[in-house]
Formats: sequence, C-alpha cells, structure tokens
Amino acid sequence: MHDIVIAGGGVGGTVVANLLAEELAPEISLGKVRIRLITDRPEHVYKPAFLYLAFGRTAPTAYRRPQRELLHPRVELVVDPVLAVDTSQRRVIGDSGQAYAYSRLVLAPGAQVVPERTPGLAEAGEQFYTEEGAARLYRRLEGFTGGSVVVSVIGVPHMCPVAPLEMIFMLDAFFRQRGRRDQVELIYTYPINRVHSNPAIAEWAAPELESRGIRTETFFNVERIDPQQKVIETLEGTSLPFDLLIGIPEHAAPPFLESSGLTDAGWVPTDRHTLRVKGHEGIYALGDVTDLPVSKAGSVAHYQAATVAANLAAEVRGLPPAARYQGKTFCFIETGTDQATFVEFDYDHPPRPVRPSRWIHWAKMAYNQSYWLTARGVI
Amino acid sequence: MTQFAVDREIDARGSACPGPLMELIRAMKASRKGQVVALLSEDQGSKVDVPQWVEKAGHKLLAVEEDGNVTRFIVQKAR
Repeated sequence: MHDIVIAGGGVGGTVVANLLAEELAPEISLGKVRIRLITDRPEHVYKPAFLYLAFGRTAPTAYRRPQRELLHPRVELVVDPVLAVDTSQRRVIGDSGQAYAYSRLVLAPGAQVVPERTPGLAEAGEQFYTEEGAARLYRRLEGFTGGSVVVSVIGVPHMCPVAPLEMIFMLDAFFRQRGRRDQVELIYTYPINRVHSNPAIAEWAAPELESRGIRTETFFNVERIDPQQKVIETLEGTSLPFDLLIGIPEHAAPPFLESSGLTDAGWVPTDRHTLRVKGHEGIYALGDVTDLPVSKAGSVAHYQAATVAANLAAEVRGLPPAARYQGKTFCFIETGTDQATFVEFDYDHPPRPVRPSRWIHWAKMAYNQSYWLTARGVI
Repeated sequence: MTQFAVDREIDARGSACPGPLMELIRAMKASRKGQVVALLSEDQGSKVDVPQWVEKAGHKLLAVEEDGNVTRFIVQKAR
C-alpha cells in the first residue's frame, strides 16, 4: 500500500491532500492508497486575514474553519503536532508519541516568526504575522493619537513579501480617515538598497510611498531595539526613534525539520521544478519551508500543490513524475483601504504592477471569501 | 587568489538578488570586529549592492575578484 503522509494543514498541505484524494479516489477505494494529513490544530486559519485584523476589519469567524470541513472525505485528518521525521525508518513522530509510517511524505508545515532572535523586538515591537499580534496591533492603532510609526522589515525572507508595503499604505489611509495623518509620521525601512527585494515591485512602490509622504530608510538592518528609549539601532550604525514599531520579525522553519536533518541554512533544500527534497527519496516540500527563491506566500503553496499532487499521483501509478513548478506567484497588493493592485510572475517573467483601482481591491475582498474553495482544491 | 586571511567564506552562487547581499549581512552580523568574510556571488546585482552596503555600513571592501561569472567579495568588519 502507498502510505502518503502530509505534514501541515495550511493551504499547501490541504490542497495537496484534496487534489490527491480526488485523483486517487479509485486506488483509495481499493485500499491501495492511504492519505493522512497531520496538523497541529483542528482549525484551518487563513493567515492573510491578519493584515485586516490589524485594522479591525475582520473577525475569527471569517478566517477560521474546521480543518475537517475543508478536507476530502477520503483524507484522514490527524491532529498531532509533528515532533520529528525519522527518514531512515520512514515515519513521522507526533507529540502524542504515535508514529505515522509513510512511503511518500509531503512537508508543508509553514514558517513561523521568531522575534526573539532580534534583541528588544519582542518587548518593544508589534507585528501582524500572528493572530494574537494582529489583534494587539489593532488595539494599539485605535489608541494611537500621534507620533512616529515605523514599519521595519527585519527578517528576510518573510511570509507574504508585499505585506509590509500593504501595512504602511493601509496605515496611511487609516490615519487619514481618522483625521490624524498630520499628527503621525510614517517610516518604512528595508534591509537592502530599495524598498522591496523584487526590483520591479520596488520600482513601482517607491513613488507610491513618496506620494503619500511616507519616509523610507533603506540599507537598514536592525541589530537591536532599546525598549526603554524606544530606539532602533542598525548594523549600519544608525539610530531611529519610534513611538510605535511594527517589526516584521525573522522567520524560521519549524524546529522539527532542523532536528530531523531536513534543513540546510534554515530551510528545506528543494528542487525548484520537481519540488522534491534534495537528498531524500520520496519526500516533497512546498510552501514557506522551502529554500526556493520564491515568495513565502499562499499563492505559491497553492500552485506548488498542483505540482506535488500530480507527481505523487504519477509515482503511485508507477509513472514518471513529470509535473514541473515554474515559480508561479500571484499577490494582491492593498494600496490603502479601498484600492489595490496585483502582481503575477514566475521564474522567468518579472512582475509588472498595474495601476491600483477599487476593482482590484474588491477582487481581493472576494478572494478572501472564496479562499475556502481554494483550500478544498476547487479553484 | 587573495592574500587576505578569510575567517568565513559564504558561497551564495546560484542565489538570486538580494540573496547574496542578505547572506553577507547575516555573516557580518555574526562576525567580530576585524574578522574577514568572503562572499561568492553569481548575481550581477551584487557588484553594485555589495560595495554600496559595505560603504554605508562602514566596513572595508578589501578586494573584489572576478573569475568568469563568479565574483568574490572580501570584506572586513571594521566596527
């Protein structure tokens, strides 16, 4: 029997599971294939909602669903945080002590934020990459009457590479709508010598930031934060005071991947086209944990899921895994609270942002609702 | 080859912009004053980004060596 284990219940793992269950329905019925999805919680969370949560514009009922409801009935759901992968014995060990044998393994556990890696950040900074962080930031913003707000990209790579730009654009709109923009200085910082790692997005964003009166600091690599003095100190020797700091923390793969010998320099070494984990037979990786030069974004995991599912289905049937991921990425970019643009690109074609419009913002709002169809593998 | 004693060598070949620069920044953060880091990059953008960042951060670019499409930057942490 083919025992397929998927570690991770985010968009990547969920879509792989659903596509495989649909494709391999005959083999599952005959008892030739079993698909198990192992995740650390019973609920599925749509993380892009946290950006809106930070402005009080969404609620848990909109971004949480029971994982079981999203999975094909033929997928077995296991709620048991993964502690280790024993690649020599081909089994996943859960927190419960249970071992889950696999013949094929998919690694899709996502990335996590590690603010503790930057001295002072956890004490002095807010962030919107977790549900708790976004809810806390909303309370800070509602009570913020004036001063300097710094959105600082500290860790690269991080989830949703355009989110810090969206955050600063939405802050600008938020304070304008409340008549407080003239009492607030907005500052955006980035580690390299432009405002985004992707040159095309940086070229588009720089004048957008300038036109809103948002100050930018580049070549700005945060070394430490003084929580008492409320000052950021950089590797470049500069200091920047703040009243409210929204820091994009460093990210990391879940610790079990490193302790299981599945990472290199922090991330899972993955073939950029086949999505096979390098050096390990029968293991695929997708989403935020790979070392690929693509965005750590839901759309990437979504597109990669189709490649992984097709290759796994082929292997089960004794065929060569011929599907290839070409780096496809799609991101909406909110440019305020009622306008947005989008970018679409792949390994060979750079993005070309279009003029922001209300239509694109509404498309994003519609996608936030229809995401549940994506998770089910429908769209 | 360089005559500088290199404390740490980072092979960022195959890493696309801004990967090599971020690798260098991480290495410099972890280094002590006076230590020397070498960075190997195939990315053409590094030829601009790396010297600019080294100057802004107040470190010393000891040498830039080219071998085919690979550039080796040798940087000393100066503060």
